[in-house]
Amino acid sequence: MEVMEVFLQQLINGVSLGSIYALIALGYTMVYGIVQLINFAHGDVYMVGAYLGFFATAILGWSFLPALLMSMFVCACLGVTIEKLAYKPLRMAPRIAALITAIGVSLFLGYGMMLLVGPQVRTFPQVLTEVQWKLFGSITVTNRQVIILVVTIALMLLLQYIVHKTMIGKAMRAVSHDKQAAQLMGINVNNTISATFAIGSSLAAAAGVLVGIYYNAINPLMGIMPGLKAFVAAVLGGIGIIPGAMTGGFLLGIVEAMVSGYGKSLYRDPVAFIILIIILIVKPAGLFGKNIREKV
Amino acid sequence: MLKVDDIHVYYGAIHAIKGISLEVPQGKIVTLIGANGAGKTTTLNTICGLIKPKTGKVYFEDKDITGVATQEIVKRGLTQVPEGRRIFANMPIYENLELGAYLKKDKKEVAESMERVYKRFPRLLERKNQLAGSLSGGEQQMLAMGRALMSKPRLLLLDEPSMGLSPILVKEIFSIIKELNEQGTTILLVEQNAKMALSIAHKAM
Repeated sequence: MEVMEVFLQQLINGVSLGSIYALIALGYTMVYGIVQLINFAHGDVYMVGAYLGFFATAILGWSFLPALLMSMFVCACLGVTIEKLAYKPLRMAPRIAALITAIGVSLFLGYGMMLLVGPQVRTFPQVLTEVQWKLFGSITVTNRQVIILVVTIALMLLLQYIVHKTMIGKAMRAVSHDKQAAQLMGINVNNTISATFAIGSSLAAAAGVLVGIYYNAINPLMGIMPGLKAFVAAVLGGIGIIPGAMTGGFLLGIVEAMVSGYGKSLYRDPVAFIILIIILIVKPAGLFGKNIREKV
Repeated sequence: MLKVDDIHVYYGAIHAIKGISLEVPQGKIVTLIGANGAGKTTTLNTICGLIKPKTGKVYFEDKDITGVATQEIVKRGLTQVPEGRRIFANMPIYENLELGAYLKKDKKEVAESMERVYKRFPRLLERKNQLAGSLSGGEQQMLAMGRALMSKPRLLLLDEPSMGLSPILVKEIFSIIKELNEQGTTILLVEQNAKMALSIAHKAM
């Protein structure tokens, strides 16, 4: 039963890691859906979110939930500001210009933060005292893992509600389908794009705070790798498709945990990018992607 | 009701519209006829505020709306049914209609408008939960018109409503346009199908 136990334990670890990837991937996919931009600064928004969580808990002494909400709110504003200052002026420019700008914003945030708080790794305070539960055999689940999953699922449900049931969500889908037609409905395209950046960035911030309480350590360049991984997750699910990003995130997290769990942790990162290469060769539209043909 | 005064529109260096003026009196159907590439669609898009003219003015109900944001123009009662329908294919029909009433905050009013649209286009009611992309060409045109009517426009701009439709459907669409006009909506119609357009128009440009 040893093999089974390792598998189940890594599945539990993978779901926690996958939650983080899924939350970040959602922002990638939503922004891509609406402005066809791979926002490479998104991983750094996640890093800022983690630092805001650190600031709130370690310096202000707040508890978990207020810290999470504050970080989400501030990053929503940050996302909107980035869009207005960096991407909006380039909306009519070739896509490569916006892409390069996104990389620039990413470096600016990462190294700006380093300038501000220093390059050293910070340790998150123990906002939540760890409780371990033994399931059976040697399999353990911690309360932090449960909280990560619960917060992630709650945010995903909220997102689904916003996208499908509210007028702003309908406007977001309309704008991502056809900007000009959406404008003719009286939809303010700029505000709708801002709302998308706000929502995506707040989800990344949530991921940042969750990672802080899970792994305890944060640093100014922590956003780069998870940012790229979440990008892989978004492509895996089908970029622009919200359920795709959720599934892709969880899948990637589980695969990585399995690879590490079976003693090949050095291969963790390569495996993620091999998945990217394979998906681009075999099914470039992603798992949930399909070629929609419209009748004329 | 609508007055376009000598507008000039450029796409980069290309001078797309070289001085168009037109007038649409209240309660009439005015049709704009011209060859492919003559700038008809550009004219409509300029009226709706999607494109800004370099010079010239657009007046709607005696107010200057040149350079005003599209959502503001829609709010004032001027809506366009774009060329090629441009429905939201990946959304169900009822959501397409809801989006047509995006600026209406009164839920009751929206529900009433939707009822009226379903009454006029019963086929949309039958399929209200279906994805708009699964509709036939004629049904998509009806959806595009229904969606525009959700904003209760006083002036409706129609860009090539007959495009790609069979002669029977074209007739049906045109009789609906006439009916809408008789019920008080002023219409500016852009058409390639000149014969059909002229048969219902009060005035041609």
